[in-house]
Amino acid sequence: MFRSIAEWTEAAESRGSSLPVAILEAEEKETGAEGDQIRERIRETLAVMRAAVDEGLSSTEESPTGLTGGRAKRLAEGGPSLLGAEFSAMLSRAIATLEVNARMGLIVAAPTAGAAGVVPAALFTLEGSRGWSPDELVDGMLVAGGVGAVIAHRASIAGAGGGCQAETGSAAAMAAAAVTYLEGGTPEQVGQAVAFTLQGMLGLICDPVAGLVEIPCAYRNATAAIQATAAAEMALAGLEFPIPADEVIDVMGEVGRKMDVRYRETALGGLAATPTGQDIARRAGMSELVQLQRRGSTAGEGSARFGPS
Amino acid sequence: MARLFDILGPTMVGPSSSHTAGACRLGLLAQAIVGGTPERARIGLHGSFSMTGEGHGTKRAIVGGLLGFQPDDPRLRESFAEAREAGLEYDFEAIDLGEDAHPNSARLEVRLGAERARIVGSSIGGGRVRLDRIDGFDVRVTGSLPTLVVLADDVPGTIALITGMLADSGLNLATMRVDRTGRGERALMTIEADNEIPETLVAALGEQDWVIVPVDR
Repeated sequence: MFRSIAEWTEAAESRGSSLPVAILEAEEKETGAEGDQIRERIRETLAVMRAAVDEGLSSTEESPTGLTGGRAKRLAEGGPSLLGAEFSAMLSRAIATLEVNARMGLIVAAPTAGAAGVVPAALFTLEGSRGWSPDELVDGMLVAGGVGAVIAHRASIAGAGGGCQAETGSAAAMAAAAVTYLEGGTPEQVGQAVAFTLQGMLGLICDPVAGLVEIPCAYRNATAAIQATAAAEMALAGLEFPIPADEVIDVMGEVGRKMDVRYRETALGGLAATPTGQDIARRAGMSELVQLQRRGSTAGEGSARFGPS
Repeated sequence: MARLFDILGPTMVGPSSSHTAGACRLGLLAQAIVGGTPERARIGLHGSFSMTGEGHGTKRAIVGGLLGFQPDDPRLRESFAEAREAGLEYDFEAIDLGEDAHPNSARLEVRLGAERARIVGSSIGGGRVRLDRIDGFDVRVTGSLPTLVVLADDVPGTIALITGMLADSGLNLATMRVDRTGRGERALMTIEADNEIPETLVAALGEQDWVIVPVDR
């Protein structure tokens, strides 16, 4: 994998290769696996992603807390579709994956379980209308993986490390890069898509209600998929964000490191610590968490000890 | 550096890569160390594992790991029932490993026949794990590579003898770590290899009366 988007682009262009081939070759070198094996494993990964979306869209089963479940189906089947059917479909697909995740269904963490809905929502919604082949979709996943690896190296992909910008932000940057590549974008435009995505998600906190990967995660995945698509569209139109992707990623890392621990997946701040958030945590049987939330909100400091990722 | 399928994965039963997939892998490592599903397991949960683990299926995931289930095995959801059938007895306790411990940590004390192990490990994000202690020895085992854990007497020449056997087997070492209880007492070696550890090597080391445990993801 590469340490920067610039290094990755350089590696691909200097060898007259492409972004996905550069990732495939790097992975072959690091793991000793054959390119065909890697592509096959990506196809299997895509199949799991697709099954999770389908299950989430068809089921009304709620999670143990009742906070999620059945909402994706409701969104897909009702509502006004303000920006057309695909927009609604993308939102509902992202929520579907997170609802399956919340009830211990099978998902692909991409890059984490809490952000698992973004990449499949963007790719599976656009593949039909844009006419991508299954093999091209694998290329798109390689590009997405390359972006995630750069972000993991330079910043963080964990909510505990850098807030929600590091989770749904990274997932959206991965999705935007994949979409841009699959639509014929140049490597520079792929980088632009990453920059356009992350500039719009800087500072987003991770504040899971009751410490569970449900609220706001399910809805943040939905809006993150839309952000990814918006970024790809701007990049493909030739718009240029003046700060390069690597520098925007570094800013995301810096913001994450300086973010108060209450906003890094500890469930001690933000939406989790609101009066209603505390009520939900109490009803979910997490009285110890509620005590810490109370203490944290009055003392003005949180504890780094608690939270999912 | 993250590998491709750390980013595009793991494929896992939800809801949390750290609290579910990582917890499962800690159970898997414990069962690998004693060489099978233990008969008895005492599971201590620290920090976030203890407090928000219930909602994340952390307990079911660890028990599932002890049964040999991978993070993507749907049986994780029903692992308590599966444990009854498999004859695995377990109990849980909340523990405090101190301020310095990773928030997602667990201590597993497992027994299978004469084999016993006490491990402390952490789920460090994205489903990745790290074992920090085995039977009181400091270790750093990720379980992402084939791993040998060798308990030996701390006498001169032991390490040379073992590394010689590893070299003869054609094993390419990725990392190697040694910790000991005290001079001339017991030493624990953890060896992570790039390629699969040959059965013949395990057998050969076993003849030398060292406890050999290949731990594979």
